[in-house]
Order: sequence, then structure tokens, then C-alpha cells
Amino acid sequence: MSDVVIRAEGLGKRYRRGLTGPPETLRDALTRVITSPLAAMRRSTQEHFWALRDVELEVRHGEVLGLIGRNGAGKTTLLKILSRITRPTTGWAEIHGRVRSLLEVGTGFHGELSGRENTYLSGSILGMGKREIDRKFDEIVAFAEVDKFIDTPVKHYSSGMYVRLAFAVAAHLEPEILLVDEVLAVGDVNFQKKCMGKMGDVAKAGRTIVLVSHQMNSMRRLCNRVTWIDAGKIRMDGSADTVVNAYEAAMSQGGGTPVGSRTGDHTRGYFTGWEIVDQEENSPHTMAVVAPITVRFMLRLLEPIKNGVHGVALYNAERQLLWAWAAYELNLGTGAHDLIYDFPLLPLKPGIYTWNVSFWEREQLIDKGDLTPEFHAVVPSFQHQFDEWTGLINLPSEFTVRPSSAPKVRVHAGD
Amino acid sequence: MASITTSQPVVAPLPAPVHAAATVRIEPPHGWLDLRLAEVWEYRELLYFFVWRDIKIRYKQTVIGVLWVVLQPLLTMGVFTLFFGRLAKLPSEGLPYPVFYFAALVPWAYFATSLSTCTGVLVGNQHVITKVYFPRLVLPFAAVCTALLDLAIGFVVMIIITLAYGYRPGPAILLIPLFVLLAQMTALAVGLWTCALNALYRDMAAIVPFVIQFLMLASPVAYSSTLVPPRWQALYHLNPMADVIDGFRWSVTGRGHAPGPMIFVAAGVVALVLVGGLMFFQRIEGTVVDRV
Repeated sequence: MSDVVIRAEGLGKRYRRGLTGPPETLRDALTRVITSPLAAMRRSTQEHFWALRDVELEVRHGEVLGLIGRNGAGKTTLLKILSRITRPTTGWAEIHGRVRSLLEVGTGFHGELSGRENTYLSGSILGMGKREIDRKFDEIVAFAEVDKFIDTPVKHYSSGMYVRLAFAVAAHLEPEILLVDEVLAVGDVNFQKKCMGKMGDVAKAGRTIVLVSHQMNSMRRLCNRVTWIDAGKIRMDGSADTVVNAYEAAMSQGGGTPVGSRTGDHTRGYFTGWEIVDQEENSPHTMAVVAPITVRFMLRLLEPIKNGVHGVALYNAERQLLWAWAAYELNLGTGAHDLIYDFPLLPLKPGIYTWNVSFWEREQLIDKGDLTPEFHAVVPSFQHQFDEWTGLINLPSEFTVRPSSAPKVRVHAGD
Repeated sequence: MASITTSQPVVAPLPAPVHAAATVRIEPPHGWLDLRLAEVWEYRELLYFFVWRDIKIRYKQTVIGVLWVVLQPLLTMGVFTLFFGRLAKLPSEGLPYPVFYFAALVPWAYFATSLSTCTGVLVGNQHVITKVYFPRLVLPFAAVCTALLDLAIGFVVMIIITLAYGYRPGPAILLIPLFVLLAQMTALAVGLWTCALNALYRDMAAIVPFVIQFLMLASPVAYSSTLVPPRWQALYHLNPMADVIDGFRWSVTGRGHAPGPMIFVAAGVVALVLVGGLMFFQRIEGTVVDRV
């Protein structure tokens, strides 16, 4: 069957910017109306931005469509619109078939309720009927491997158990169309294998999937088609390999729009940028190999600083802190300085990262914020293909096998 | 894609459609008459689960649990009996103070709890509504149902107290479900407005407790509605809770006075506010997720 199950035309989503947004309280709204009624009626166009603009989509039955793009490009917004969580500002979409969306793990879970109760609650919220949950209950519990704890309140579960049960419930949805956000990349190795397997089986069973991810290799493997969304518009649409290759090529060009925010009044000094030192190609913000790497942060001081403190942090695309470090008692004169970090290796997964730096004199802030452009890791993956979606670090390794030598007597705890 | 594990998990092949494949059209919100109540009926199991969840959580979290449902109106009744009854000596339509007050406190507690819960239900469930679709109307509907259990328990206690004081309910007791329905619809009618407004403007949640306090004074909870001068009676009984409470007192004890014809006018007003509330709620439902 190759009929179209999702069709969208002209989809657009406009949001109000937070800064000078609409009144958050009724009191302010009423005050505004009374004091300046005309201003209250008029809506400033500067206050809005388009998260999605003119998006056209056609997904056929049984297709696995991937959505890729930088953070903030509009992928999750598109998924939310197709999931009917929010309504578009312009355009329309038509979906033929039962849709279920998985945008997070553990939707509807409540800590006070037991695993059993949460299975029913979450299953119901995700769209399963009570009889369906009854039927699948044992399977769900077995998949999650929480049989002994099914009647304990979930607040007592370890994070691993929680995730397993939450995903087990989600994995047993049998929709015709499944919309998945990457946030599902959690859990331990063995469990992830099971989940990927289940996802793959869902695809094989002829169900349609729309998947958002930053894991390019997973996209290549799982998806028939990939759509690249950039700044709210469709930039490219085609076979998985074509689009993913184009995307990776573009990312490795470096550059990019400013990101993050800076604080500090910049009267005593400020960071002027960063780069990877001694890169061969003309792309000082992209790492293409997992190897020794030197990173340089450029700081310009307008006056001498005696007790300088420098902080650095590396964040991933989900704004999780990967690494942070600080240098104290820096004694620097006026002028430009390079703060240089030599890393024996940065085992980062392919993706987009942000350097956040700060400089203080004792307690006084001089400059702090995310540096632009973003740091792109366009590196090979050193993980097994089943786990690269979720394994946190991308560690190159050397593997050897040899016969064991004469046995030594060693006592291991827990053997 | 070859799997390392040996077993091949089976996913059921796509079942033959039971009914013609449902087509959903997604569009920007337009118009005011997009009520979609039939969709709420389709999701009635979810409504049940939300009610069940809230009841379970409430009882698991309080140390006293079920006892609190009974204790709270009993304690209030005690305070009212002492201050409004013994000290202020307000008339109680010939009924002993405990009976008089308890008969009002049970439906009032239901209304106040329901309205209060309903107001916060969208914001309180933001973690769910931002991740999954279901008709948002399910939430306010569930909010005015959770307190029904408390109402039932309170009702049983009320009957016991009434019988203990030697009063027997008459056949009018059969009208209780209708009074409960009026209280529920009033809570829902007002609640839809406050809930939607609270999702848009956060200070609504601070205004509502004040409104409930005011309504309590405007309803014959702590005093008899016979205190109201005759020329204000009609206006006074435009308040649906005034009619509900009069109705409760009358049908449970067999004394007091039946609610007058104003109850129908009040019900009519509630119906209008309810329809308006449904329209307003549905209008903002599609984009409320962007504001929570």
C-alpha cells in the first residue's frame, strides 16, 4: 500500500517572543486595556517569530521519515503540530490513521502510584484502552523486567527501572502512525538494544514512523526518507543517505548563527571567540577526528586583572553539562590573551556542542556566556551501531584477544 | 537489520481497520462553535483514569486519608455551631445546629473543592498536555468528578447525623442527585472560565480562593437563607449554590424549605455560562500549550 497517510501544506507556527511578551497576569492585561486601549489591541509584529514557515509534507504508509536539523530549527514543533499538541498558525495537515506520539519517557507517570497503576495511567494517557492494557500488561512488565516491583510506588524505583517501565509501556502502543522525538534515547545498553529492536519491528510491521534525531547513523539505518528542517523551513528532502550527507557536509563548514547569551558589562574585558588550534582544513570550529585536540579561547582585557578566575564548560545539544573546569589566581595584563586547553582526546558523539566560558575577578563577573559559533563534532562513530544512539561517549578503542597466561589468584568483590 | 539477540520479537501486523480509517484534520483554531463534545466521549476511559489517579493520589498522600474527608466538614460544623449558632444565635430553621450546618457543608465542600481543582487543572497537568494529545476538556470534566467521592462519604455521615438527631428524610431525598448535578454544573461552568483564564494569566489562581470565599458568604452555608429580606430573595437565589444548599437541607431533614422557582432560573444561567465556558475553553485549547 502506498497511499499517503500524512499530508501537510503551508504549515506555519508563530510564537510570541518572551521578552516583551503579552501580559502574564490578568491584572496587567486589564491595566493595559484601561490605560492604553489602542496599544493593547495592536499586536506588535516584533514580538513574534516563526518557528515553522510554509512546511509541506507527504508521508506514505509504511514509510520511516527522519527529521533532522539544528536545535531550534522547528523539528519538535512540527512533531507537536502533527501530534495535535499545539495547533498551527497557518496551513493544514491531514492524517489518516491512528496516531500516537512519544515525545518523552514516562508521560503521565506519578511517583506515588505503583508500577502497575502507572502502567495503566500512562498507557491510557498515551492512547491505549483499558482492555488493551489488560491484554498487554504481562508483556509490558516482562519487557521492562520489573516483575518483582510492579506493585511498589514508582518513586522507589531506580532511574533505570523507571525508564524501562516507561519505555515498555510506550513500546507496546500499536498505532498506525508513530511520531517519536529523540528524547527517547535513554536507558542502559541491553535495554536500548531491545528498544531499537522493537522500533525496528514496528517499522517492519508496516507502520509509519516519523522520527526526530541527531544521530545521523541511526537516521541512515532506520529511515527511508529524511527531511532537513532549517530555521523553520524545509531545506532538503530525499533519501536518507543524500540528505544526511548534505547535512553533515554543511555542518562541517563551520560558522552558524549566534547562540546563547552573554552577561557581564564588558567594561573590563570580554571573550572575542574561540577556535580549534592547528586545524588543517578551513573549519576551526569543527572536529573531524577523535584525536588529540587543542582549543583556544580568546580573551581581551581592558585593564590588568590580578585574581582572575576562568571557567569553562562544555554542553551538548540537550544542554547537559558534559565537562567543566576552572583556573584560579590568574594574573593577566591588559590586551589579548589566549586561554589554551590541550585535550588528549574528546570522545564526543557526532553532534553539536556549545562552549560556555566565564571570567571573573574574585567574585566580580567580567564576562560569561556561550561562545559562538557552536562546536560541531563531525566524527566517525566508535560505538556499536545498536548503541551509538544512546551511548554517552564516543570512545575509540583497540581490541585484542589472546590466550590467558598462567592463572593468578585474585579475589574480586562480587564474583 | 540483523539483531544480535536470538529471539525475534513479534509485532502484530497492521490489523484490518475496524472502521473506516479516521482522518484527522489539523488546522489553526477558528470560530467559536468547535465544541467537539463527541471526542470527549471517545476519551471517556481517560476521564475515568484521571479521576482515579487524583483520588488515589489524594488518599495516598494524606496521613489521615479517608478520615480527613469526614473530619474537615465535622470540624467546620463544630466551629460554626459554636460561633454562629451558640454565640451569635443565628436562626437555623428549627433544626439543631449540627444538622443545619452539616447539611450545607457537604455540598459546599464539594463545590469549593471542584471549582478550585478545576481552575488549576490545565496548569497542573502541563507536563502531560505538552507531550500527548487528548481533548483538553477531559481535564476540567475530571476535576469536577473527583470530589464526588468525598461528597458521597460526606453524604453518608450527614444521613447518620440527621438520623441521630431524630430527623427522617422524606421522599424529597430522591432529588439529591439533581441538586448534586446543579452543583457540579455550576462548578464546571465557572471552572471552565477560570481554568482557561488561569492557563493564560497566572494570577487567576490567586483570585479564585477569594471568589470562593465570597461565594460562601453569599450562600446560606453559615446562615439560613430566610435571613435575606423578601425583596432580595429572588436575586439571592439566582446563586445556584443557594438553591443547592436549601435543597440539601430540605430533602435530607424533611424540614426547612424547598428551593423556589428561582432554581430553574439559576439553572438556566448556569447553562448559559457553561456553554460560554465550553466555547472559550475550546477556543484557547489549541494553543494553551504554548502559554503554560
